[in-house]
Amino acid sequence: MAVMTYREALNAALREEMVRDPDVFLMGEEVAEYDGAYKVSKGLLDEFGPQRIVDSPISELGFAGLGVGAAMAGLRPIIEFMTFNFAFLALDQVINNAAKIHYMSDGQFDCPIVFRGPTGAALQLSAQHSQACETYYTHAPGCKVVTPGTPADAKGLLKAAIRDNDPVAFMEGELLYNIKGEVPDDEDFIIPLGVADLKREGSDVSIITHGKMIHVALQAAAKLEKDGIEADVLDLRTIRPLDMDAILATVAKTNRVVYLEEGWPYAGTGAQIVSMIQDEAFDHLDAPIKRVTQADIPMPYAKNLENLAKPTADSVVTACNQVLYR
Amino acid sequence: MAETKTKKRPAKKDVLDAYGVSAEIALDLMRDMLLYRRFEEKAEEAYAIGKIGGFCHLHIGQEGACAGSIKPLRVDDYIVSSYRSHTQAIAKGVDPNAVMAELYGRADGASGGKGGSMHIFGADVRFMGGHGIVGAQVPLATGYGWKVKYREEDSVVVCYIGDAAVNQGAFHESLNMAAVWQLPVLYVVEHNEYGMGTAFNRVSTTDMEEKSKPHGIPSISVDGQDVLATYALFQKLVADVRAGAGPQFVNLETYRFRGHSMSDPVSGTYRSTEEVERHKAEEDPIRVLKEKLFAAGALDQDGLQEMDAEARRVAQEAADFADASPVPDPEALYRNVWAEINPNGRLFFDGRSQD
Repeated sequence: MAVMTYREALNAALREEMVRDPDVFLMGEEVAEYDGAYKVSKGLLDEFGPQRIVDSPISELGFAGLGVGAAMAGLRPIIEFMTFNFAFLALDQVINNAAKIHYMSDGQFDCPIVFRGPTGAALQLSAQHSQACETYYTHAPGCKVVTPGTPADAKGLLKAAIRDNDPVAFMEGELLYNIKGEVPDDEDFIIPLGVADLKREGSDVSIITHGKMIHVALQAAAKLEKDGIEADVLDLRTIRPLDMDAILATVAKTNRVVYLEEGWPYAGTGAQIVSMIQDEAFDHLDAPIKRVTQADIPMPYAKNLENLAKPTADSVVTACNQVLYR
Repeated sequence: MAETKTKKRPAKKDVLDAYGVSAEIALDLMRDMLLYRRFEEKAEEAYAIGKIGGFCHLHIGQEGACAGSIKPLRVDDYIVSSYRSHTQAIAKGVDPNAVMAELYGRADGASGGKGGSMHIFGADVRFMGGHGIVGAQVPLATGYGWKVKYREEDSVVVCYIGDAAVNQGAFHESLNMAAVWQLPVLYVVEHNEYGMGTAFNRVSTTDMEEKSKPHGIPSISVDGQDVLATYALFQKLVADVRAGAGPQFVNLETYRFRGHSMSDPVSGTYRSTEEVERHKAEEDPIRVLKEKLFAAGALDQDGLQEMDAEARRVAQEAADFADASPVPDPEALYRNVWAEINPNGRLFFDGRSQD
């Protein structure tokens, strides 16, 4: 085990997979000479050269599509979006080409490609740079969606995503890059897609969440603990494939659920999870499920307004108390 | 464009020599074009009686552009195209039976009945599809070129688009990248003068051959109704690109004799019947080549009829094959959504697809 940042864990995953497989290359804006806008690819240009660590023009649609073509032809591209906010420009290539080519061709072409970059809000970047983008990708059959929240998960899941034979939207967080944690050194350390992780154990209420929000959930759980409430905090880690067994297990254990996510409420990830829980575990529920999300507005700039818009530990505590009828 | 277009063709004497094309190749091109014409006519017929559904975009009138540009390619060269690509698939080596069965939505179709007219694929002959979003195949072609360069291979990529696609951002982003990285891609506009019902010059203030120049990519125009000129040009361009000349742009001038798709009128509000009839009379690529072959003494009426009978036979066989092919097994519905079913977690969420 080594203690490293989330950024360093991603960098290690990229390096190890590029050493392992010469067909893996990284392309995106500022990934090479600049070492990456968030320094995730630091040092990789020196190690792998400009053919495999490739600075692209600012053409999200174009280089995402180039990656899809390269994947169809047999390579394993990693396409970095400086943030997923910019990836809307490329959504046609992800949804209409990457996610559908295997089905449309009835299996003649695979599309093993990773689209990665930060999603969600950072600090005061305002509306166009502060949005959680998971659901746009989760919505489309053919695209897998991964949202690591810790350094170890970042490394193990990125390696799994690169080795997966389907398109994967791999969503990081700007505010996560500096967090530190223990990460296995083993080059075969892989976290399989579709396995959730119980980040904290408790028997009174379940906080189910993904990505950066696990840290908000853990803060909320700490506050609840002072009140004598023990929360299960389930980190989905991957949204598609989805570890429904783990969801059903925590529901059966606590009978009370709060879904926490960074994105907007309407058709959010939580909406899907809530629907599935009521369908498959209705008898286990002792209270209606509550969702905690971003306010249903574009993100404002002013610091006080931004704080009001974001989901917080306090709003999670309130929701937990509601499902506990406290 | 349509009203002012003039085309220069060599005099009929020594017609084949003037192009540097052998009689054998010229006769092959005639066979190819006849097959494409008869195949598309058969599809048209099948559509009319409800055997084919959805959208169906025919290549009738554009056979010269298809045959002349694809014949110089090797099997390990890549082609990607738009939704008007039945005959390009056949030209690249996809079995006509499989193409027709795909149009019919049958299990033996080139895409197992899941793609339809707009999404024919042939991985084994590197026919990379049939794509339905205008211009969205251009980044894919650029990616195939990237792969060829990355692996240091010598394949050539040919990317077909319609004239309307040059106004898409995907086109310009791709050409810029192809130029920066000197990728082995031939970007080919099948310029049939109309994007659906919108004449090219109504939505562009610059001529087609200007479109690649801001990206530093050489541009050349050719009369796609003249299959020999098309073949001669592509033979050279494909060789050049294979030798490392970098990306090229071709304005392949052609004309569509049918409506945009089977559900659209041939003429009417956006082009006159007279215009269509004039093109059919003067610029039918089959007639243009026939006159040259007759003049050169390389083919006579009997020979032509023999070729045509064979083309009709293959088209009919394709229709019979498609008709006899079963509809896809209902179990195919959930097959090949994912290349890799992960052992953990759910990938399907509709409640009826769980294993």
